[in-house]
Amino acid sequence: MTSTAYALADSWTMTRRELARWGRQPAAVVVNLVFPVMLLLMFGYLIGGGRGVSGDYLGYLLPGMLALSMAFGLEGTMIAVTQDMNKGVVDRFRSMPMADGAVLVGRSAADMLQSVLGLVVLLGVAAALGWRTDAGPGAFLGAVGLLLLLRFAMLWIGIHLALVAGKPEMVQAVQILVWPFGFLSTVFAVPESMPGWLATVARWNPISHTAAAVRDLFGVPGAESGHAGAAVLWPLALLAVFFPLAVRRFARLSR
Amino acid sequence: MSDAAITVEEARKTYRGARGSGTAALDGLDLTVARSTVHAVLGPNGAGKTTLVRVLSTLLRPDSGRVVVAGHDVVREAYQVRLRIGLLGQHAALDEELGGRQNLELFGRLHHLGARRARARADELLERFGLSGTGAKAVAKYSGGMRRRLDLAASLITEPEVLFLDEPTTGLDPRGRAEVWDAVRSLVGGGTTVLLTTQYLEEADQLADRVSMVDSGRVVADGTVDQLKTATGGDRIDVVLRDAGQLETVAGLLPAPRDAVTVDADRRLLSAPVSDRMAALTAVVQALREAGVEAEDVALRRPTLDEVFLHLTGRDERVKEAA
Ligand SMILES: Nc1ncnc2c1ncn2[C@@H]1O[C@H](COP(=O)(O)OP(=O)(O)OP(=O)(O)O)[C@@H](O)[C@H]1O
Ligand SMILES: [Mg+2]
Repeated sequence: MTSTAYALADSWTMTRRELARWGRQPAAVVVNLVFPVMLLLMFGYLIGGGRGVSGDYLGYLLPGMLALSMAFGLEGTMIAVTQDMNKGVVDRFRSMPMADGAVLVGRSAADMLQSVLGLVVLLGVAAALGWRTDAGPGAFLGAVGLLLLLRFAMLWIGIHLALVAGKPEMVQAVQILVWPFGFLSTVFAVPESMPGWLATVARWNPISHTAAAVRDLFGVPGAESGHAGAAVLWPLALLAVFFPLAVRRFARLSR
Repeated sequence: MSDAAITVEEARKTYRGARGSGTAALDGLDLTVARSTVHAVLGPNGAGKTTLVRVLSTLLRPDSGRVVVAGHDVVREAYQVRLRIGLLGQHAALDEELGGRQNLELFGRLHHLGARRARARADELLERFGLSGTGAKAVAKYSGGMRRRLDLAASLITEPEVLFLDEPTTGLDPRGRAEVWDAVRSLVGGGTTVLLTTQYLEEADQLADRVSMVDSGRVVADGTVDQLKTATGGDRIDVVLRDAGQLETVAGLLPAPRDAVTVDADRRLLSAPVSDRMAALTAVVQALREAGVEAEDVALRRPTLDEVFLHLTGRDERVKEAA
C-alpha cells in the first residue's frame, strides 16, 4: 500500500472507532440528536413566536435551529477530544505506526456524519410538523452545504480548544459560553427587535449569517438576501485560523 | 546492526513551566540496553522514568542528546521506531467505551494487519491474557487488573522488537503481578527486548538482567543486580532483639561504625554492613552473649535493592532521620 492508501485506511479505521462508540452508547447519540429537536419545539411552540417575526415562525426558526445545532457541535467535538487526551488512548495511537493525521481526520469524519444525521432528524421533525420548503434541489443542497461548512469550522475550533485547554473544567466553561454565543444571533428573533448593540453583535455572529442564508435558500418569506457570501467566508476564515493551529498543536504534543 | 536495542546518550528533557521556569526531567541520561534482555529502570517518584519511556516511545522529543531504539533515531525516524515497539504506559491507554476485543481489533487494524488478521490476533491475545470471557464488555467496566492485562495485550499486537513497560504491575494484586511477570519472561524467550520501569525492587530482582538506577533525571548506578548489591559494601547482618530498650547498647557492639548501623525500633531490628561474613557472625553472637542481651534472630543477608538505592543516591541520611 502507498502512504496515501495507509492514510485513508487509518482515517477510516479511526472513523469506524467513533461509529463503534455510538453503537456502545446509543442513548448518548439519541440525546445529541433529540436536543436540537427539543429546542425547536420549545421555542417554536412553548415560548411561541419570535419577536419581530412576521408570518410562519417555524419557517423562520428552523434555519436558525439548523445553524445553531451546527454551532453547538463544537461542544461535542471538544468533549470527545478532551476525553481522548485525558484517557491516554491518544498516547497509544501516537506510539503506533499510523498516519499522522488519522486521529483528527477520524474525529472530523465521525462528527460530520453525526451532524448530517442531526440535520436529517431536525428536517424530518419539522416536516412532520408541517414545514415545507419551495427550495429546488440545488438551493436545498446549497443550504445543507453552508450548514455543514459552519459545522466543519466549529469542529476545528473544538479540536483546537480541547488540545489547548485539555481539561474537563475547560469543557464546562465552553459549554456555558456557547449559549450566549448561540443566542446573541438572529436564530430566534430578527435583529430589528433587539436593542442597538445586541443587534450589531447578532448581525455579526457567523451563526446569523448561515441562518439568514439558509432562510433565503429555503425561500422563507421576507428573508433577507445577500448573506451567502458571509456564510461562506466566516467559516472559511475561522478554518484558516483554527485548522492550522489545531494541526500544529497536535503535532506538537511531543514537545 | 549493533547489539544494542536501545541507546541513549546525554538525553535531556526539560518541561517548560510558566515564565521560563522548568523541571529537568532528564538531565543528561545515558543508557544502553542489549538485545533480548530485560532492563529495569529503578527510581523514586519524579525520577524521570515516565519521561524516559515517553522519549523512547516517540511520544516526547528530547531537547538534546541521541536516542536510538531498534536501530532508528526516535526523532528523525519516529515512524520506523513505531513499527518496532510496544508500549505499556503508566496509565491505561485504551478506549474505555469500547469492549476489550474492539480495542484490540482497532489497534490491530492501525498496525495494518487487515480485518481478518486483526480479529484473529485480538482473539489470540484475549485468550492468552485470560480475557476471552470479557472481550465484549466495555473497558470502563473492567477491574484494574483486567485493564492492565488488556493494555499489555494491546502493546503486544505485533510482537514488538522492543517493549516498554512503565510500572507494569503498580496497583496489581500478587496474582496479577505474577501474570505480568510470566508474560514478560515468555516474551524475552522469544527475542523481545524489554525495558521496564519500577519502584518495586523485587520486580527488578525477579525480571531484570540489568538495572539502571535513576534519580533526578540521570543514571546514578548501572549493572547487574548482583553487581549493584556488591557495590554497596556487600553483605549485611541483621539482629532482632527481644527488648527494644537495648537497641542503642547493641548498636555500639556491632562490628561496623555506629553511623553505618540502621535502627528500626518498631521491629526491634539493627542492621549493619559487614565485610567478612563468618567472622562478623561469630563476633556478634559472642558480643551479645557477653553483654547478656537476648536476641530473637541474627542473620546474614545480601543488601536489598532499597538499601543499594538509598546508598547510591545519598539518601541514607534522610532514611535514618525518619526512622
Ligand atoms: N507534563 C509535565 N509537565 C511538567 N512537569 C512534568 C511533566 N511530567 C513530568 N514532570 C516532572 O518531571 C519530573 C519527572 O517526572 P516523571 O513522570 O518522568 O517521573 P517518574 O519517575 O515517572 O515518577 P513516578 O514514579 O511518580 O511515575 C518530575 O519532577 C515531574 O514533576
Ligand atoms: Mg512515572
